[in-house]
Formats: sequence, C-alpha cells, structure tokens
Amino acid sequence: MSILECRGLVKYYGRSRGLDGMDLQLEKGQIVGLLGPNGSGKTTMIKLANGLLRPTSGEILIEGDRPSPVTKAKVAYLPDREFLPNYMTVDKLLDFYGDFFADFNREKAEAMLENLDISREDPLKKFSKGNREKIQLILVMSRDASIYFLDEPIAGVDPAAREYILKTIISNYCENALVVISTHLITDIEPVLDDVVFIKEGKVVLHDNADNIREAKGKSVDGLFREVFRC
Amino acid sequence: MEWTFRQGTPIYAQIIEQMHMSIANGTFKPGQRLASVRDIATEAEVNPNTMQRALSSLEQEGLLHTERTSGRFITEEESKLDDLRKSLGNRFIDELFSNLEKLGMKKEEIIEAVEKYAADNRNGAEVK
Repeated sequence: MSILECRGLVKYYGRSRGLDGMDLQLEKGQIVGLLGPNGSGKTTMIKLANGLLRPTSGEILIEGDRPSPVTKAKVAYLPDREFLPNYMTVDKLLDFYGDFFADFNREKAEAMLENLDISREDPLKKFSKGNREKIQLILVMSRDASIYFLDEPIAGVDPAAREYILKTIISNYCENALVVISTHLITDIEPVLDDVVFIKEGKVVLHDNADNIREAKGKSVDGLFREVFRC
Repeated sequence: MEWTFRQGTPIYAQIIEQMHMSIANGTFKPGQRLASVRDIATEAEVNPNTMQRALSSLEQEGLLHTERTSGRFITEEESKLDDLRKSLGNRFIDELFSNLEKLGMKKEEIIEAVEKYAADNRNGAEVK
C-alpha cells in the first residue's frame, strides 16, 4: 500500500480550478519534490492531505485512510506561510507542539535548536525571517510522523539559511517516512530528491526518479521543468 | 571532503566519480572508516538513497567493504587501489589525446609535446 495516494482528486474553489483529476502514488522512504508553477495546485494538494480542505470529488488517502484525526496524528505539515503565534517564546512553542502532537520528540527539537545558537526565551517575532523559518522547520521535523509536507520551505531565505534547511531535511531522513517538498526553486532542492512530480494545471504531468531524468534526458530537473512549463 | 555537482548528470554517478578521486589520491586512506550514509549525504547535500546507491556500487567494485557491526571502510587491497589509479590515469590520458587530436595533432606530435613538457617541468614544481 502506498503511504500517500490520490485518486482522481478534484478541487474547485467556486469556478476556479485547484486540482483537476490528480492521480499519484508515493512510497515511504523517499524525499519527493512536488514541482509546478504558481497556481498549479501544489498547496491545494497539501491542504487536502492535511484535511484543511475537502475534495470536490475523488479522494486522497494517507496509509489507506481519508484525512481524519487519525491521519492528522501522523502527518507533519510546514505551511508556506508563518503559522505560529509570534508572541510565543521558543520554549512555549515546544510546550505547544508537545500538547498538540503525541509524536512530538522534544529532545530532538531541543538538540536541533541547540545548534542554532538562539535564546529560547525570546518570542518568535524577535527573530530574523531566516531563523523563524528554521525554528518552524525544526518543530515540524521533530515529530515522528509518517509523512512530512514542507510547502515552500526555502522561499525567501538567504543561501546560508537555505543550506541549513536542506541539511536539516537530509539529516532527518527516515526510511519509514515520506517527505514531500513543494517548491518552484528547483535548482537548490533537486540534489535532495528521490522522485520528482511535475504538476500542471491541477494534474500530474510527470512522475519519475530525479537521477533517471538526468540520465535519460542529459539535463537537470530544473532544465526539464523549464522545457515542460515554457510559456 | 568538498563536493560539487554539475547539472544534467546523474548525481549517483558524480558521487562515484568524486569518491574514486578521493580514494585514489589518498583523501580517504586505505582502511579508513566512512561516516554513516546519512552523515555523508548531509555533508554533500544530496539524497540519502542516492548516496546509498553510489556507495553500494563502490562496494561492488571492491573499493569499499562493510563490516556488519562497525560500518563501511575503504579497501586496503593494494591491487584494487592500483587498478583504480591506473584506470583513472588512463582516462586522463585518453582525454589528453582526444583534446589534442581535436586540435589536429598526430599521435607522434602529442608524445613529443608531452616529453618536452615533462623535460621543461622535470622538477615537478609547476606540474599540477
């Protein structure tokens, strides 16, 4: 059984299209890139997987189950915007995550925060954007989840923060979990990926192993992306 | 070790290529223990499964071996290391010849030029 499966997944917002019949199966032990231009449906798919939206038709299954409290307990989600109360201190956020998620591994989070060299007594709003992104990522990756959805984890941060974020994703790799990273910044992220999924106008147009693409086409995933999505 | 990756070539092949160089030139010493797959992947900023695939391939070549409990090691077999150096050497010579042939040089002219180059730089100081 695939750890994540979409079957004919459709989502309309009124008349405007989010997803338009998406079929996809992803396996555990992989880091997968969900790649597509703005408005192609990446965030819609991730929100459906997290039960924040309901499908218009079709279904999305997490280890065989539709999104529910059961699946939410094993799906970790980093939204594409800041999502934590910014008046909370880092220490409070650790308590907060521990209260919400039974699979939150506080020791792991503390160990990762240790390397960041920040004061845990400071509220989130006192940190730079790069550090806020890192703190959010640490909280999300410190859950012992089955699936991690990271929506645009490296957008708008400087190259050093980007490197930190990528290294954090790799060093938390787990063969029993799936990591789905959505982005349009492909060059930075492509060495980290097993599989890539191209989404165009709410549908999957390509799903292949990243090294297969480089081998068969003699070009980078970014190069292929530019070709597929050329205007 | 420093890792750099070109675009448009499979990453596992580039890892193998760079590991070949590092083993041949002694950056990795015979018998040296390697870090875990996850740690090397993190250092190189590549996918852990890709790193695993590359290391398995190096293992099949006999350049690495795994001890069940203690990890992965660089081979100490001198013959394997000799073969590696020879095959890398041949590849560089091959590149040299094909580049110079593209300039229209004949085999004898290339050998002559190489001999002259070696004589001019015989102390090795300027040979990179």
